[in-house]
Amino acid sequence: MAATIEASGVVKRFGKTLALDGLDLVAQHGEILAVLGPNGAGKTTFVRSVATLIRPDEGTLRVFGHDVLADPGAVRQTIGLAGQFAAIEPAMTGRENLEMVARLFGQGKKTARASTQKVLEQMGLAEAADRLARTYSGGMRRKLDLGASLVGSPKLLLLDEPTTGLDPRSRLDLWDAIKSLHDEGTDVLLTTQYLEEADHLASHMVVIDHGKAIATGTPAELKQSTGRSVIEVAVRERDDLAQVAKVLAQVHGGEPQIDDATRRVTISVEGGIELLRDALKHLEALDIVLDDVALRQPKLDEVFLALTGQVLEEDEEPKARKGRGA
Amino acid sequence: MATATATLTGNKASLASSTTVIAKRTFLKFIRTPQLVVVGTIQGAMFLLIFRYVFGGAITAGGVKYVNFLVPGFITTGIIWQGMMSAGGIAEDLDQGFFDRLRSLPIPRAAVLTGRALADTGSQIWGLTIMTVIGFAIGFRLGGSVVNGIFAFALIVLFSFAFEWVFITLGMYAGNAQAAQGMSLMLVPFTFVSSAFVPVITMPGPLRAVASHQPVTYMVDAVRSLVLGPKAATLLGLGHTSAYFVVRALLWSAVLVAVFGAIAVNRYRKG
Repeated sequence: MAATIEASGVVKRFGKTLALDGLDLVAQHGEILAVLGPNGAGKTTFVRSVATLIRPDEGTLRVFGHDVLADPGAVRQTIGLAGQFAAIEPAMTGRENLEMVARLFGQGKKTARASTQKVLEQMGLAEAADRLARTYSGGMRRKLDLGASLVGSPKLLLLDEPTTGLDPRSRLDLWDAIKSLHDEGTDVLLTTQYLEEADHLASHMVVIDHGKAIATGTPAELKQSTGRSVIEVAVRERDDLAQVAKVLAQVHGGEPQIDDATRRVTISVEGGIELLRDALKHLEALDIVLDDVALRQPKLDEVFLALTGQVLEEDEEPKARKGRGA
Repeated sequence: MATATATLTGNKASLASSTTVIAKRTFLKFIRTPQLVVVGTIQGAMFLLIFRYVFGGAITAGGVKYVNFLVPGFITTGIIWQGMMSAGGIAEDLDQGFFDRLRSLPIPRAAVLTGRALADTGSQIWGLTIMTVIGFAIGFRLGGSVVNGIFAFALIVLFSFAFEWVFITLGMYAGNAQAAQGMSLMLVPFTFVSSAFVPVITMPGPLRAVASHQPVTYMVDAVRSLVLGPKAATLLGLGHTSAYFVVRALLWSAVLVAVFGAIAVNRYRKG
């Protein structure tokens, strides 16, 4: 059976900007694949290429074995897209919105009505189904949009930053919805800048930067891939941070990261428990009040930093909406 | 689920059914957005009254009463003022991702824009009807037969469909709704540099040449000669039968649909 998505050497230019620079990626059947990367890494361009909205300039891109350039019609029959905007009609009810998309998917009136009802229940929108979508909250609009992307029973769902700008509660709801769809056999490709989201949902991840895949694997594999651990020290007084950082640097070499807000110092180390013992010994000599000391696996943002030398934006601020084709 | 998917595969919405579904959405948006309906209607009525009572006294139109000259021209050019909303609507759909969803669906590429053009033409019938009623209320009277009057009304609807493609094209290239509205204003000269509000014979030479041969003038003259009848047409010095104007107006309509339809659909296809 053909892979769900098979991208090989995909290049896409917008004028002089190289949005995708030879991207290689494979998504297998049964996966939730998260494409992770900072703003402008090429995530949206990739999703739009898979959705046949833009045509790659070079390379091959296949969806369930159908080439997006040679046979876009066949690709469109297998996918459901939820872009960065909630693409719903505010002047129609939730039900009307879904029935419209179902009909456009080629379903007859009766089938469309039935699949709409099923999706409304699945998304928890059954009660609001006959209200105009303009009265919906942001979270409900996103759910309706997600519903519209799956009312045609696609084999592959494409979700471009599905939870950007949502409140935490709606985000959890949407995560549940995505998971249950996956459990029913739908493959999912999602992009995100939230590590937590990728960690929570994805069975596989691809980290992309500057239009290239720079790392792939399960979340656990990615975390181990750097072969390093992290020592993390939390102090009581902010003024002590610099001193702790200095000691950790002396003991382990490398550059500790200081986080003022959480009063933590972290340093990436190669080795195990004996290093922690070492660190503790030196820290005790300082006469500083420590709140916490831990040796742990790196978090995804630390992996990202190790891979790219860049800090991944991790704040939960809804970012400014990007224009098309970004 | 598995069986549903199996039966769906290879099922494609036809051009007719997907066009209908898209048209329904656009039409519902129109009737469920009272601002659009009310503002459009009030604007139209306001300008009709201004032309009739403010400018009307100063304009002579051959031997024809100005109200009889004005109303057919005003209603015909109304399709351009109303069409500006389509350009804004298209730009909005494009800008806000609605077209992304539609373009990811297995439907014929022409369906989305054709559906929009049909629905917006349908919405225009509302405005045309109101203006016709107001026209009669302020003193307009048919000089030709009622059948010709109805034929003229149908022609206006058809011209409206043709001009829709111009506005759709503008909307496809504008980028956002405001820009689309601004670009649409470029079509305003077509309404004034025409036979709609004053006889073209009063215009200076070069301008008269442009005004006499542009599509809106043929459309206006087709409608006017039908509703005013042959006697008034002679008074106005139109110089031809209504068939002459109708044929040319229809040819212009076909050209607008062919040229702008092709540009717009091609733009839509490329995204």
